[in-house]
Amino acid sequence: MERTVLETQQVTKIYRSNEILVRAVDDVSIQVEAGEFIALVGPSGSGKTTMLAMLASLLVPTEGSVLIDGEPLGDMTDRQRTKFRREKIGFTFQSNNLIPYLTSIENVELMLRLNGKRVKQRRGRAKEILVRLGLDAQLNQLPSQLSAGQQQRVAIARSLIHNPSLVLADEPTANLDTARAHQVVQNFSDLIHEERHAGIMVTHDLRMCKYVDRVIQMVDGKISHLITSQEEISVLSESSEFDILEMGGASMTKKDVIR
Amino acid sequence: MALYLSVKEIWRNKGRFFLFSLVIALIAILVLYTAGLASGLASANKEYLEKLRADVLVFKSGVNYSTIESRIEYDQLRRIRLLEGVAEAGPIAFSNAKIVFDSEVDSIDVSFIGVDPGKPGAPNAVLGDNLRFAHSKVVLVDQKVAEDSNVSVGDFIKLSSTQGEEDEVYELRVVGITDGQQYFFRPSIFVSLPVWDRYRPKATAGVYRNKPDVNVVAVLAKDSTRLAYLPEAISAVIDDVETTDIQTAYESAPGYSEQQATLGTLQGFTLLIGTLVIGGFFQIQTLQKIPQIGMLKAIGTPDRIVASMAILQIIFVTIIGVLLGGLVTLGLVVGMPDNIPIQFSGSSVLTALIALLLIGPVGGMVSIRLALKVEPLTALGM
Ligand SMILES: Nc1ncnc2c1ncn2[C@@H]1O[C@H](COP(=O)(O)OP(=O)(O)OP(=O)(O)O)[C@@H](O)[C@H]1O
Ligand SMILES: [Mg+2]
Repeated sequence: MERTVLETQQVTKIYRSNEILVRAVDDVSIQVEAGEFIALVGPSGSGKTTMLAMLASLLVPTEGSVLIDGEPLGDMTDRQRTKFRREKIGFTFQSNNLIPYLTSIENVELMLRLNGKRVKQRRGRAKEILVRLGLDAQLNQLPSQLSAGQQQRVAIARSLIHNPSLVLADEPTANLDTARAHQVVQNFSDLIHEERHAGIMVTHDLRMCKYVDRVIQMVDGKISHLITSQEEISVLSESSEFDILEMGGASMTKKDVIR
Repeated sequence: MALYLSVKEIWRNKGRFFLFSLVIALIAILVLYTAGLASGLASANKEYLEKLRADVLVFKSGVNYSTIESRIEYDQLRRIRLLEGVAEAGPIAFSNAKIVFDSEVDSIDVSFIGVDPGKPGAPNAVLGDNLRFAHSKVVLVDQKVAEDSNVSVGDFIKLSSTQGEEDEVYELRVVGITDGQQYFFRPSIFVSLPVWDRYRPKATAGVYRNKPDVNVVAVLAKDSTRLAYLPEAISAVIDDVETTDIQTAYESAPGYSEQQATLGTLQGFTLLIGTLVIGGFFQIQTLQKIPQIGMLKAIGTPDRIVASMAILQIIFVTIIGVLLGGLVTLGLVVGMPDNIPIQFSGSSVLTALIALLLIGPVGGMVSIRLALKVEPLTALGM
């Protein structure tokens, strides 16, 4: 059995806006082990981003707790959380991932600099990951000279360079065409499995689920399905994206709204 | 880390940052130029008075300390000298004249100042001798006159002044050269009072006295305790005079205060504009970078580094701008004709420079606050 990297215990997030309380995440308990790659899917408004923000220590749960490497995030000060994020977590966002005035390799090395590491000694590793992701020719190019897919791969390289325990990706394929999306997620999946990170990817695109070990489907802030068998996952990933949107449309009406 | 990022950003956006440095450079030129002009004009106005070796200046009462309108008679001077507490009292008489040359060289307008040799009001020579005798036809010239007319100790100058209907020319031997002694926007030359009264321009030719009326009297007190009551004692005992100190005297010169205040306001406004321009530029920069800053914070960049990045960039750009502006101003001043009264005295330029370097961080404050307020959650689009 692998080491447990991430554990959430009955995590709940309630937003309050104009006297209306919204249970964006409702009583979610999950565990993710090192070397495991998980997809978080669900219709729009189901609470995926909110969940990810809590796992990232960017948002404090209303109830319940998040533990990473056994450490409860709730016990940390803001400053400690910031330090924790740069040391233990790797991030890929939907967009705006890269610093526009740094080259690919500089963007990847940024994570090392942030952690006060000697960059020269690790130049090899930064290069290795970028080459591995098929960016040999783009090492010294600025983000503006890269395609969207290439930019996402640089971001993935940055999210892995400092050997984080937990790797989080928020819709990493949202701006990519299908072919690119498959390539990017496959690369990502391979690296997570090889280097034994715990990976969580939020996605709208069910076809991306074929690269993951488990699929957590959320509806109305709750886990509605937990799909673990490979057969089920391949069935899911071959269904069209349309299905899950339909599901979302239906679920929006019975949304948990507390007045 | 902060240094690395800010330098990289400036380097990869050289054009934009350089252009903005040029804007700051222009502001710096304007501010430094105004400061130089203010101190140059002030100096041209007051240099002689400012360097005067005197504790008290005596004027005719009711003339608002105007040296031209003030008139002190010989008898009044004599009585001032007899007062208890007065160490020395020197009469000073102001007039204008021209130095002319045989060759085609342009004549030089000078302040023609009559003094008592050895008494307050008579400046010391830095080259050659001081004035010594009341009746010798010798002259002390200040260094600007010496440079402009290319005379040295022992040479003769030709002084032109209007006597009645005629312009007369007098020869005077230069016995010594003083440091800068400008008065009322002209360099100065000094002679003894009898020589002054004889050669100064006047409406009726041939009328002159050995002990002429003068404009003001410069008084040195015996010691500081006596100085405390001396100004009042003089105006109380001597009819029709009032006393003041040197600073009040030159500040009362016609237009002096107004001129300095105008230039000061100009300088203040330029600095204010500079602050707003820098503030605006960096605020727009920061607004454009909000997604980037959010991302940096999300991946674990401490606020300290985010703030330092902003500050460092502002400091770099300001320093480069002020440096450029300073160099250009220096170049301008070197290449400028002598008769423009611009002067970079240590203190005024230093104040201007410090103010210029401060407007960056002050203007940038808003953008730093803005950068610090960015939530890391923006990286997730929340
Ligand atoms: N700051 C907030 N204040 C109030 N309500 C919020 C806030 N952020 C999110 N919500 C609500 O919480 C619920 C979950 O939002 P969340 O963004 O987590 O969903 P999501 O699954 O990421 O959706 P999407 O697929 O559209 O990105 C939604 O109903 C949303 O309107
Ligand atoms: Mg979302």
